[in-house]
Amino acid sequence: MEYSTLSAVDIRERVVRGELKAEDLCRAVLDRIRALNPQLKIFLAVDEAGSLAAAREVDRKRAAGEVLGPLAGVPITLKDNLCTKNFSTTCASKILDGWKPPYNATVVERLKAAGAVLMGKANMDEFAMGSSCENSAFHPTFNPWNPAYVVGGSSGGSAAAVAAGITPLALGSDTGGSIRQPAALCGVMGFKPTYGRVSRYGLMAFASSLDQIGPFAYSAEDAALLMSVISGHDERDSTSAEIDVPDYRAQLSGGLKGLKVGLPKEYYGEGLDPEVRAALETAKQVWRAAGAEFVEVSLPHTEYCLAAYYLVATAEASSNLARYDGVQYGLRGEGGHLLAMYGATRAQGFGPEVKRRIMLGTYALSAGYYDAYYKKALQVRTLIQRDFNAALKQCDLILTPTSPTPAFKLGERMDDPLTMYLSDIYTISVNLAGLPGLSVPCGFTSQGLPMGLQIIGPAFAEAKLLQAAHAYQAQTGWHKRRPVL
Amino acid sequence: MSIDYEIVVGLEVHVELATRSKIFCGCSTQFGAEPNTQVCPVCLGLPGTLPVLNREVLNLAIRAALALNCELAEHTKFDRKNYFYLDSPKAYQISQFDMPLAKNGYLDITSPNGAVRRIGITRVHMEEDAGKLLHAGQGGQIGNATSSLADYNRTGVPLIEIVSEPDLRTPEEAYLYLTGLKEILEFSKISDCNMEEGSLRCDANISVRPLGQAALGTKAELKNMNSFKNVRAGVEYEAKRQIRLLNEGGRVVQETRAWDAEKGVTRSMRSKEEAHDYRYFPEPDLPMILLTADMVETVRETLPELPQAKRVRFQTQYGLNEYDAGVLTATSELAEYFEAAAMGTNPKAVCNWLTVELLGRLNVEGKTIAESPVKPGQLNALVKLIESGELSGKLGKQVFAEMAEKGEAPQVVVKRLGLAQISDVDSLKKIVMDVLAANPGPVAEYRGGKAATLGFLVGQIMKVSRGQANPQKVNQLLREELEP
Repeated sequence: MEYSTLSAVDIRERVVRGELKAEDLCRAVLDRIRALNPQLKIFLAVDEAGSLAAAREVDRKRAAGEVLGPLAGVPITLKDNLCTKNFSTTCASKILDGWKPPYNATVVERLKAAGAVLMGKANMDEFAMGSSCENSAFHPTFNPWNPAYVVGGSSGGSAAAVAAGITPLALGSDTGGSIRQPAALCGVMGFKPTYGRVSRYGLMAFASSLDQIGPFAYSAEDAALLMSVISGHDERDSTSAEIDVPDYRAQLSGGLKGLKVGLPKEYYGEGLDPEVRAALETAKQVWRAAGAEFVEVSLPHTEYCLAAYYLVATAEASSNLARYDGVQYGLRGEGGHLLAMYGATRAQGFGPEVKRRIMLGTYALSAGYYDAYYKKALQVRTLIQRDFNAALKQCDLILTPTSPTPAFKLGERMDDPLTMYLSDIYTISVNLAGLPGLSVPCGFTSQGLPMGLQIIGPAFAEAKLLQAAHAYQAQTGWHKRRPVL
Repeated sequence: MSIDYEIVVGLEVHVELATRSKIFCGCSTQFGAEPNTQVCPVCLGLPGTLPVLNREVLNLAIRAALALNCELAEHTKFDRKNYFYLDSPKAYQISQFDMPLAKNGYLDITSPNGAVRRIGITRVHMEEDAGKLLHAGQGGQIGNATSSLADYNRTGVPLIEIVSEPDLRTPEEAYLYLTGLKEILEFSKISDCNMEEGSLRCDANISVRPLGQAALGTKAELKNMNSFKNVRAGVEYEAKRQIRLLNEGGRVVQETRAWDAEKGVTRSMRSKEEAHDYRYFPEPDLPMILLTADMVETVRETLPELPQAKRVRFQTQYGLNEYDAGVLTATSELAEYFEAAAMGTNPKAVCNWLTVELLGRLNVEGKTIAESPVKPGQLNALVKLIESGELSGKLGKQVFAEMAEKGEAPQVVVKRLGLAQISDVDSLKKIVMDVLAANPGPVAEYRGGKAATLGFLVGQIMKVSRGQANPQKVNQLLREELEP
């Protein structure tokens, strides 16, 4: 059964009309995973029994004439840092190898209630730390467009699952670009909602004040469908916003006409790959032709974003990851006494990038350094938020590149963490400001690698971002291209 | 010659709040359950879980701050205190660091000589409790344990930490401060303050300085004191140790010391250099709390009358003496019992029955007032029966004994045992006439001028009536009959 170009909206309609059995689709997805995973290494764990049971339940409901959820029968891939009850959740780390949480993340509960079919857990950079999926403790994931290239990260497996046509939808998490950057590198749409739009309960924390769960899809329509399911207040997450969730799919029309779009001058300077720059220029012409108007804006503190980010994020991570100590769950190293056991557990359990960030964060919070590093970073964060607020007073949305370069080759940046960190130079500021950001495919390089543009909007303006992306997609066919597999 | 030293003590008290559920999840806080039966993914700190503040914790903490005369913060937030240990499943404790709930309060203590001293309270903040550990192997310490067991039932039980200023000057003042604090917290139903169950725990910062010197001496932090008496003894020992050290030309080093109650000494636990760097930073999973005036006022309205105010009121309203007022206000339960029992009757009489008969009996049986078999309404009824003359004071004791034994109402006991006082003139007159007829000799003696014989005749009447005759009325009737 050939399903890989069907959208989530299509699938649900066919299931509702009885033209497609959820179980048949699920089996086809499992077949595709078996066919593609050995070469692309997208999945860390596939839930064959669970997905089939969920699909059969959808078919039973349909047969019994019961109401079907908004994602009835739609296969979806989850990043492996989202807790799934009694099913392997590892954060792509050896320290959690084989761990099965006793509870579901809120987003997982909401997906199940909506009738989605959860296929399994996708590869990622260990504890979401990385921009290429090469920091997975198990294996890298290979880019469906060209397996010599990385998928981006940290939600690289989720992006690749959608890019490879395995599932039309996937969930990732984004702390500094971890949804948007792999989306750009894999030629799909990736959406980081406003901080607080989606409950973080059950998302294994990297940096709590920056983390946000969001969707991958090929089309804005599919992303909108998924956003309406996962968004909204959750009493188990005190940082989730008590703001009503609109029906994003019903609000897709609106277009680009009359839209005032800001171009931050700091985002189009040095370090931007010429092909990405050219793709952005072409995209701007499309937007302009559709009635958008461009204004130059400034985000003056852009040059401090990376430094502020790597202090705030690593400080929080050093604390969030302290619980992996070998006492209650996960890997336990051998040691004659308690401190030795802690040391052995963490030395064996964490990979080099995770260790690097824990050490950075621990240092930044240490007595005598707190004011100079962590506190200063929080002050800079406030300035960055002000930059965005001021810029968004002059325009409706901001348009930037998602990543300064297209996908790079596996291994190319592994010895150079700073260059790797620069992969997120255009995305991390959005997390620091807590705003929504969306990456949408905007072309291909001469070598056939996808590129993406980023749309940034005011807090809780998710509908506006999806509208703009939808209108742009109506003018271009980038999201209809598929890798040859 | 030796210098006179002054002792300077500040206390850090941790109190478990009397909420039904934990501070950041819905698990029960009930003490004494099987290990690890009151736990969930949140208090176990499992990956991906998030804390949600129990509103009742905030209410009780505000109540404590108000009861201790503190200034409440407008904005308060939680912070993470990072440390690795078995009792902390997240490897950090959610506490409050630089923006505590409340600051600048005070507690007045009264020494036995009646002098009142105001002890400053630096701050009151909220935090979560840690788990309990059991170290198997000799010594019961982790250092020489063959294995360690962790019970996370206590993990996430809400605490407030109350930090005093270094205003205490003697071991006795430290003891009085703790007693006063416990009284306020119990009265306000903020905590049950049960030290055996660990609901109240105390560390002491102790230093000494030459009398008259303004600068503080180097302090030692003393831990592991599990009763108020141990705090008093520990402070006394440690202060003396420091003074001896200084007198011998030594120096006090800043360190954490443990009180060894068995040996009655303090021992060094760790020096300042070995102290943890807790790397506090704002807890990103919990939003800043804005304390509105409305919220604070709502809590203030629920604040009960505090012990000192209650003692004064008991003296003025009920005419009790200072001692009795003190006894009756020792706990809120006892004070409530008294006020219920005294309603509409003689408060002094109720006080006597309560403090002499009931408390004496409960003491012997090892029961609290809450477990009393005699309920306040029943004691109230008993006193009313006596006051109205329906029951003699003497028989009252017999009735009370039956009430305490069987938990019966006094009316029931009186009826069952037929003990009602006979005040009815016709019935009494009959008894009087019978007794006079049966004792012609004494009657003649009385009439002959031997006034003391009247007592004998009253005794005979009481005997015949099995103590139920109203003595005043008997006296009156006898005189009427015997006087010419």
